Amino acid sequence: MFENLSHLALQQYWWVIVSLLGALFVFLTFVQGGQTLIYTIGKNDTERSLLVNTLGRKWEFTFTTLVTFGGAFFASFPLFYATSFGGAYWVWMAILFFFIIQAVSYEYRKKPANFLGAKTYEVFLILNGAFATILVGTAVGTFFNGAMFSLNEMNNVQWETPFRGLEAVLTFHNVALGLAVFFLARVLGALYFINSVDDANIYERSKKQLLYNAIPFLVFFLYFLIALLLKDGFAVDPATGTVSMESFKYLHNLLAMPLVTIILLVGVVGVLWGIGATLLKGSESGIWFAGGGTVLVVWMLLLVAGFNNTAFYPSIADLQSSLTIQNASSSHFTLTAMSYVSLFVPFVLAYIWWVWKAMNSKKIDAEEIGEDSHSY
Amino acid sequence: MLEAIDVSLVNWSRAQFALTAMYHWIFVPLTLGISFIVAFMETIYVKTGNPEWKKITKFWMTLFGINFAIGVATGIILEFEFGTNWSNYSWFVGDIFGAPLAIEGILAFFMESTFIAIMFFGWKKVSKKVHLAATWLTAIGANLSALWILVANAWMQSPVGMQFNPETARNEMVSFWEVLFSPMAVEKFLHTTSSGFVLAAIFVIGISAWFILKKREIVFARKSIAVAAVFGFLSSIYVIFTGDSSARTIATHQPMKFAAFEGLYNGSERAGLIALGIMSTTDTDESNQNLMDFNMKLEIPNILSYMAYMDWNAFVPGINDLIDGNEKYGIMSAHEKIERGKTAILKLKEFKEAKEAGNTELAESIKAEFQTKDFQENYFKYFGYGYITDPHVLIPSVPLSFYSFHIMVFLGMYFILFFFLSFLFVIRGKLEKHRKFLKLAIWTIPLAYIASQCGWIVAEVGRQPWVIQDLMPTMAAVTKISTSAVQVTFWLFAAIFTVLLIAEVKIMMRQIKIGPKVKEEGGHN
Repeated sequence: MFENLSHLALQQYWWVIVSLLGALFVFLTFVQGGQTLIYTIGKNDTERSLLVNTLGRKWEFTFTTLVTFGGAFFASFPLFYATSFGGAYWVWMAILFFFIIQAVSYEYRKKPANFLGAKTYEVFLILNGAFATILVGTAVGTFFNGAMFSLNEMNNVQWETPFRGLEAVLTFHNVALGLAVFFLARVLGALYFINSVDDANIYERSKKQLLYNAIPFLVFFLYFLIALLLKDGFAVDPATGTVSMESFKYLHNLLAMPLVTIILLVGVVGVLWGIGATLLKGSESGIWFAGGGTVLVVWMLLLVAGFNNTAFYPSIADLQSSLTIQNASSSHFTLTAMSYVSLFVPFVLAYIWWVWKAMNSKKIDAEEIGEDSHSY
Repeated sequence: MLEAIDVSLVNWSRAQFALTAMYHWIFVPLTLGISFIVAFMETIYVKTGNPEWKKITKFWMTLFGINFAIGVATGIILEFEFGTNWSNYSWFVGDIFGAPLAIEGILAFFMESTFIAIMFFGWKKVSKKVHLAATWLTAIGANLSALWILVANAWMQSPVGMQFNPETARNEMVSFWEVLFSPMAVEKFLHTTSSGFVLAAIFVIGISAWFILKKREIVFARKSIAVAAVFGFLSSIYVIFTGDSSARTIATHQPMKFAAFEGLYNGSERAGLIALGIMSTTDTDESNQNLMDFNMKLEIPNILSYMAYMDWNAFVPGINDLIDGNEKYGIMSAHEKIERGKTAILKLKEFKEAKEAGNTELAESIKAEFQTKDFQENYFKYFGYGYITDPHVLIPSVPLSFYSFHIMVFLGMYFILFFFLSFLFVIRGKLEKHRKFLKLAIWTIPLAYIASQCGWIVAEVGRQPWVIQDLMPTMAAVTKISTSAVQVTFWLFAAIFTVLLIAEVKIMMRQIKIGPKVKEEGGHN
């Protein structure tokens, strides 16, 4: 089946999958966003425990999606893996650091003899929530604004600044995306609390936080989106592979791919609907609209970054070192083998959906935490 | 092609990877084994309906959760370190190595992380049987994730199923099944996971022994020991078999590693196995290394030949044979391999230059020559040797490999006896009388961790300097970054992992002291 597809078709297929994984990861950062709100929304120990426990039952999904995203990127576009991770060393190390401290925090926070104290683990959760989202968002911004690397004839990466990726913060467009992801994560976190916690105070405070965070989210996201449509982009000549700058490249991409544009707009409406329905109608299922919308928006943005003859990881130090889905990908054979594995994805999504439903069929409350032998 | 290599950078990068891998490996074996032990216990609970078994299951499940969290935390670093610290390697093998890693994420991690939620929090939310299925799926997911990462690791030890593409300057996969089912991959998976089962069984027996010594939770402890002793005994027997076949594969594919962990400097026919030895600390005399390498050794004749090649009289090459060559037995010298490797690298360089100059005809002819069977077998096979200047760097740390291997083997033998006695005492109902044995059981827990770490050292230190056997030395794989950056992250990770380890141990110990909860909670009974 997949063997008969062209190398380009397989490369595009895998760009779609990797982009979807990235989009799912951004949706799942509701865990991170929720973590940054545990003190704002939870005013006492019981409330904080409710918040931590409802997030704690989902944190592994975010973690696993990140690991799978990394693995899938490694498999399908190994040159990106080698270039970005090896080049933007400090950015990725910082991201990893903030994920390490998350993993243990849920399990250890309330355990007796937890050595560092519950507060330390709560601070870990807040740090993870804030920095991981901002850093990941800023790093993804380089997909549109480029990074300072060059490649030699053996495809070995050379980073052109000693800041090894941290220089991405000097481009406000990157930072705007980082902040948009941060506030979006908080929006999704608040929506998740509304959906999953049975507590009137938490509901009211979550609603308030939803409003407070939706406004900066929209400001940063709209700035990012408008600036993206107006900026020059990194075009690739499909015949020669030569990379050049093209005015309004990303706007052109959206016009050239109307389906992507429509889905992107549907996603934006979904996010706004999720926020609006919760704030105005008191809906408790806004997370599904906003979450679904988030997946669609991020997915389409990543398609815009890589499709329509665009360099998805451009180099601003040496334009011709820029990575495209063609020059950065695995071989036809590997992509074919991987494509067969991807057929399991719907099955995996199905059991995740089933488990989620089973676990969230009833909202979490203080009574449940009190009597559960395993709580965070 | 490969500019001056900063040796300190390579060593710090190696140290960083070793640090994270060894920390990670503290937690993984317990996860692999205890997840199955918990599944066995819950199966008995579902079958018998006896709430005591539910109490037992929940207690070990709690310890599993504490250990699992830190395993995840240390594991994420490893995946991304391939890119951050070994970016040249990432590109060189990404086409092959990435695939198992991605499959691991899609098939194994999601299974593990999804069903773990039901395992911990689903007692009242799903039926007994669904809960049991979730527990089993968590255990299978955890072990499946080990499968894929070990397949990738095995490929690095014995690269198969690939072809080098001069156009992209990397290896590309041509047979997924060859990669998946290479003897090295199969043995590595079976040996590593079963060694994790052994460690977990010892952990369960040791902690249960503590309860008996404290005269607490006697029934709980006896039942736990019964399950763990059977599981541990069968696993430890299996470990011996898989270890034996692993050794044969290593003798064929990584003879230098084999010679190093056997402390074999000069090869011989009817080679003897050094059952016990103390290596010399004096500088080795290169003209007569064989006389200097051991202060004391107890050798069993012919066994090594049989172990390596299933032939009592076979010649087993030693370190000197592999470095200097041995014409009689058709062993090529390291110098010759280096020359051939240089030829392969030069050919690749010529190809790149011809491409750069737009000389398509020349480029195509070089490419065609590069891919001939003769060039592949006589030159490309030694590609990695082209980076080596001093043949002596091809020798891994012999004392470290030798002692690690022997400690692992000795402890492995001891564990079989330990499990046998545990089972014997528990079925005779005489555990409480053997207080010395119970104390020994507690002290066996650290021994299991030592054996496990030794296994890692044998596998990974023993293959140095290769990151990919014969094709890529560690120094060619490293990301060109300032040494100080790696030093900073090394100490950062060392500090945070140590703090988290202390936290884990303290929490674990307190949880053990608390013991299983007497009051049975609601849920399905």
